Amino acid sequence: MNFNNLSKIAIKALLRNKGRAILTMLGIVIGIASVITMVSLGQSSTYNIKQELSSMGSNMIMISPAFQQHGGVKMGNSNAKSLTLNDYKTIKANARYVSKVSPTVATSAQAVYGANNHPASIQGISPDYLDIRKYELERGVLFSEKDVISYAKVCIIGQTIVKNLFTDGTNPIGATIRFGSVPMKVVGVLVSKGGNQMGQDQDDIVFAPYTTVQKRFSGINHLNMITASATSEEESELAATEITQILRKNHKIASGDEDDFEVFTQEEILSTVNSVTQLLTALLSAIAAISLIVGGIGIMNIMYVTVTERTKEIGLRMAIGAHKRDIMMQFLFESVTLSLIGGIIGIIFGLIAAYALSSLLGWPYVVSEMSIVASFLVCAATGVFFGWYPAKRAANLDPITAIRYE
Amino acid sequence: MANEIIRIENLRRVFHVGDEDVHALKDISFSIAQGEFVSIMGTSGSGKSTMLNILGCLDTPTSGEYIIDGINVKTLNNNALSTLRNRKIGFVFQSYNLLARTTALENVELPLLYNHEVSAKERRERALAALEAVGLSERLMHTPNQLSGGQQQRVAIARAIVNDPVILLADEATGNLDTRTSYEIMSLFQDLHQKGKTIAFVTHEPDIAVFTSRTIKLRDGHIIEDKQIETQSAADALANMPVNEES
Ligand SMILES: Nc1ncnc2c1ncn2[C@@H]1O[C@H](COP(=O)(O)OP(=O)(O)O)[C@@H](O)[C@H]1O
Ligand SMILES: [Mg+2]
Repeated sequence: MNFNNLSKIAIKALLRNKGRAILTMLGIVIGIASVITMVSLGQSSTYNIKQELSSMGSNMIMISPAFQQHGGVKMGNSNAKSLTLNDYKTIKANARYVSKVSPTVATSAQAVYGANNHPASIQGISPDYLDIRKYELERGVLFSEKDVISYAKVCIIGQTIVKNLFTDGTNPIGATIRFGSVPMKVVGVLVSKGGNQMGQDQDDIVFAPYTTVQKRFSGINHLNMITASATSEEESELAATEITQILRKNHKIASGDEDDFEVFTQEEILSTVNSVTQLLTALLSAIAAISLIVGGIGIMNIMYVTVTERTKEIGLRMAIGAHKRDIMMQFLFESVTLSLIGGIIGIIFGLIAAYALSSLLGWPYVVSEMSIVASFLVCAATGVFFGWYPAKRAANLDPITAIRYE
Repeated sequence: MANEIIRIENLRRVFHVGDEDVHALKDISFSIAQGEFVSIMGTSGSGKSTMLNILGCLDTPTSGEYIIDGINVKTLNNNALSTLRNRKIGFVFQSYNLLARTTALENVELPLLYNHEVSAKERRERALAALEAVGLSERLMHTPNQLSGGQQQRVAIARAIVNDPVILLADEATGNLDTRTSYEIMSLFQDLHQKGKTIAFVTHEPDIAVFTSRTIKLRDGHIIEDKQIETQSAADALANMPVNEES
């Protein structure tokens, strides 16, 4: 029999029992829809995180004091004092794969301007920092190395500080803000970066020369962090190794002993995200496989019932000239049609749900052609696999017995 | 014999049930010529259906020869038998066997769907012609549950003749119908016979067999009688039936 007639026969048979066909498809619909939704959401969140990471800095390398172990218990690293100004200076002077480097000395103080005040976190940095972290100036200028040397009382402020202190719209450049008891002159205003993935406001920030913060605020000599840019993305691993060697030498760490600092590259963080994503994808695939097996068993079950119910019909078809193969193909076609239509409906529902959820979460809407194509193929395979035995049983019926079946 | 459609020689059919052999047909020989209207008679269990299944190539003899339209079925495999049924045989069953929720027209088209030499257009034309031949041109789009038993059997007869078979095989085709409707169906068979169809009609009712032109009586798998008979007209029998009285 040709394909045209075969499809006509199978589709008519399905249409004769629409209600059951829909119920049979339900398992596949739900399975595929949830897989499509989850894959899409997973990808859009990964995309989001990657965007965020690359906007965090250029070929960035972060050096922080190591977690200090006390009797096996990991303590916070906020009190760790292993990074010093000397480390920063050695890296700046000697590291060949490092193009920019800046220390970070953090403190916080109440910012007061006129009648307004706002709790501000102040980061003591070198002028390189803005390039490393991809901060840009909206107005004004960057403070200079000279300002650093002279621990000048100058600062650069973020948009949230502007909004909270300069409520009347005056130009912040040249204004003097008092931080606690220290007055500092505003030389620059940053372009807004907005909130990050963790919901932190990246505009609620004040930058000042690290010398100024060390001398006038915290009175400490160690650094909270050192941030650097590698000369290129490819060389960031080399840069990290180089930095590690410099710091081990500086800190006089014997070979075999553990570092008292930690070095992360942006690429490492990215690859961590990637491996998390891969794990997630594997998990989703497992769920997909299970839901499709469940859906497929549903199809198989109904196909068996259908074959039994339609024994008389099968007998008749054989009597009027259907070959075994025609009967086999009819039932296979029916089960594949069920699973494919179920799959298509599932894909549509899945895409709609993913769109709704991602716009609700404010994430980008990512459609993966791969997952659609894969779902489609898996559905076809499910239909063939789970339709095979019922179809085989139908084809092997004896026409004389089948036609008498009541 | 001129234009032999069916020839059966020393045909036996033995069923094996457990350790027992059931001899359903024992050394049967006969022929059917083109244009004959044969009834196969006998009590229940005499072997009528077994005979008809073999004639219809649904079953094959244990031994002996069966030649239909010059083809010895012994030489055919399953697929060839299916194709032969599709091209040369028309079946009418006691319980109609129409596809539910399917229109009369589509039911009649069904055998031609399994013949890829017939185009969709030709299929439709032939189905319409067959339904007209059984007097159901007004019921094309009716589904079986919208039709009476007699009408359903007419659809089944249309389906049996749509492939223009060399022989029409009916197994107790009036078994589910009342007397009046049975006569109507027999009248239809007589019409088809008039138009040249060869028919083998299984029945255990003698008053139905009188409408055929030859009766073959079976008992215990043997032919006990094979004779030409005076054909009575089913149309006349209908006309003579008392009106307003159900049998
Ligand atoms: N498939 C079968 N298996 C075993 N015995 C059968 C089978 N079909 C028919 N028979 C036996 O063959 C004999 C003839 O049956 P059948 O041709 O159906 O008679 P009829 O149609 O005249 O009533 C009966 O004894 C019946 O029990
Ligand atoms: Mg019988």
